[in-house]
Amino acid sequence: MKSSIADFAVISPRTLAEALASLRQTPPPVPLAGGTDIMVLLNAGQLEPGVYLNLYSVPELRRPIEVSAGVRDAGTWGAGGADPPGEVRLSALTTYADVRRHAEVRRLLPMLPLAAREIGAVQIQSRATWAGNIANASPAADGVPPLMAYDATVELSSAAGVRQVALSEFYSGYKQTARRPDELITGIRIPVPAPGSIDYFRKVGTRKFQAISKVLLAGLVELGGSREIRKIRLVFASVMPFTYRARKTESVLEGRRLEPGAVSLAVETLRTELKPIDDIRSTARYRLKVACNLLEEFLGTTMGC
Amino acid sequence: MAAAGAGRVSAEAGEAPEALGPGPVPCALSVNGREVRIEIEPRVTLLRALRHYSDYTGPKEICDRGACGGCTVLLDGKPVASCMMLALDAQGRPITTVEGLARDGKLHPVQEAFKTCDAYQCGYCTPGMLLSTVALLKENPAPSLDEIKRGLEGNLCRCAAYNHIFDAVQMAAKKMSASPAK
Repeated sequence: MKSSIADFAVISPRTLAEALASLRQTPPPVPLAGGTDIMVLLNAGQLEPGVYLNLYSVPELRRPIEVSAGVRDAGTWGAGGADPPGEVRLSALTTYADVRRHAEVRRLLPMLPLAAREIGAVQIQSRATWAGNIANASPAADGVPPLMAYDATVELSSAAGVRQVALSEFYSGYKQTARRPDELITGIRIPVPAPGSIDYFRKVGTRKFQAISKVLLAGLVELGGSREIRKIRLVFASVMPFTYRARKTESVLEGRRLEPGAVSLAVETLRTELKPIDDIRSTARYRLKVACNLLEEFLGTTMGC
Repeated sequence: MAAAGAGRVSAEAGEAPEALGPGPVPCALSVNGREVRIEIEPRVTLLRALRHYSDYTGPKEICDRGACGGCTVLLDGKPVASCMMLALDAQGRPITTVEGLARDGKLHPVQEAFKTCDAYQCGYCTPGMLLSTVALLKENPAPSLDEIKRGLEGNLCRCAAYNHIFDAVQMAAKKMSASPAK
C-alpha cells in the first residue's frame, strides 16, 4: 500500500440474496472476488473510491466445480450410442488452482488448465477466479479465450432472476460487457466438446513465463469422417480491444475439407478480419503477423493429426 | 454513502447488509494458530495488517502488486500473495507466516535445508520461498526440478540464488519423505 484511497468501504453479504440486494443500491457496489486486478489498483492508489462487494463471504458462490452426470459415463463413448451432453459448471469463485487440481476438468477441458498455469504464479492462481477474468474484460485475459472456444455461457444473476449469456456475445467493446450493474456472474457453464475434438492453446508473451500476452489463440476444431471441418472456434486475446472470436474466418473454414488450400484461405481471411490494437505490449503489425502464424500452426498441426 | 438497501427490497430477496468502513472496524485473524485482534480500515491488505497492525514482519512488501512473492503466506494451507487481498477477507481462515514454521525452537525441515544449502544471499525473498516450498511439498512430495521451478515461479530472488534454492527444495523433499511430519 504505497498509496491508498481514503474512501473504501466493503459490504460482506452472508447469502447470495443479500449480495444481489446490495447490487440494487445506487451506485451499485463493485463485486470483489479474488481481487488480483482490483488490489493492484488499490495498492497503487488508482482505485475508484466507493463501496465494494466482497463475494468470498457468500457460501453459494464458493460451490465446488460440478461435472454433469452424463460425462462420467465415458465408457459409452465410441460405442455407437449418442454422446452424453456433459457439462462442467464453474462457480463465481472457482479459482485457477481449483481447475488445475481437478482431474476430470483436466481431461474433459484440457485448455483450461493450460490457461490456468499461464496466469500469474501459484499465489495468484490460489485466489484469481475465472468469473473475475471474464468480468474484468481485459483484452489480454488468458482465461477467457479457452472458455469462449468451448462455447461457455455466463450465468448472470440479479434480484430479478437468472439469465444465460453466451460468452461469445458478452463483449461489445473495450471493457464493455453484457453484465448490468445489478447483476453478478454466479456461474460459468461449459459444454464438453464432442469426443475427438482437437484443441490448440498458445500464448505468445515477452517471456516464456510470467508475462502478459501479446497474442493468444485458443482454437477448437471438430472434424468429420472425410476430414471436413464440422465446427471450428478461433478465439484471440490481446489482438482486438476485447476477447475476439474470429467468426468470419471460422465460417470460411466450416464445411470445408482441411487441406493446404483451406489453410491459406483461412489465413488470408484472418488477415483482413483482424484490426489489431497497438499498445504498450506490442504493435498492431506484430500482432497481425503472429496471429496469422498461430492460425497456420493450429490448422497445420491439425492436418497432421 | 453506503446506504443499506433495507426497506427497498423484499424479505425473500434478501436485504443488503451495511457496508463496513471507510473507518476502522474490528478484524480477527488466526495467525500461526494464535488469534490476533486488530482494528483496521477495510482497505487494509492482509500484508499490511500482519506487518503494521501486528508484529509479523516475515511477509515482505516488495512489489505490492502480486508479482514477486515476497509477501507470500499460506491461507488455508495454500500460498497466496498477502498484498493482493483484504485482511477482512482472511478472517476465520488459518494463516501461516514464516514465523509459524519453526516449532519449539526447532527449524522446519525446509528451513534446515535452506540453511544447509546456503539458499539465499540477502534473504529478503526467503520467507516467501520457504512458504511456497512448504506448500509445494505438501501437494507434491517428490517434485522434479521442472516442477520445483513451476512451484516457485511466483517467488523472485533478485540475488539470483535460484540454483541453491532448487538444491534446498530437493534436499527438503528427500528429508521429509524419509521422515514424514505428523
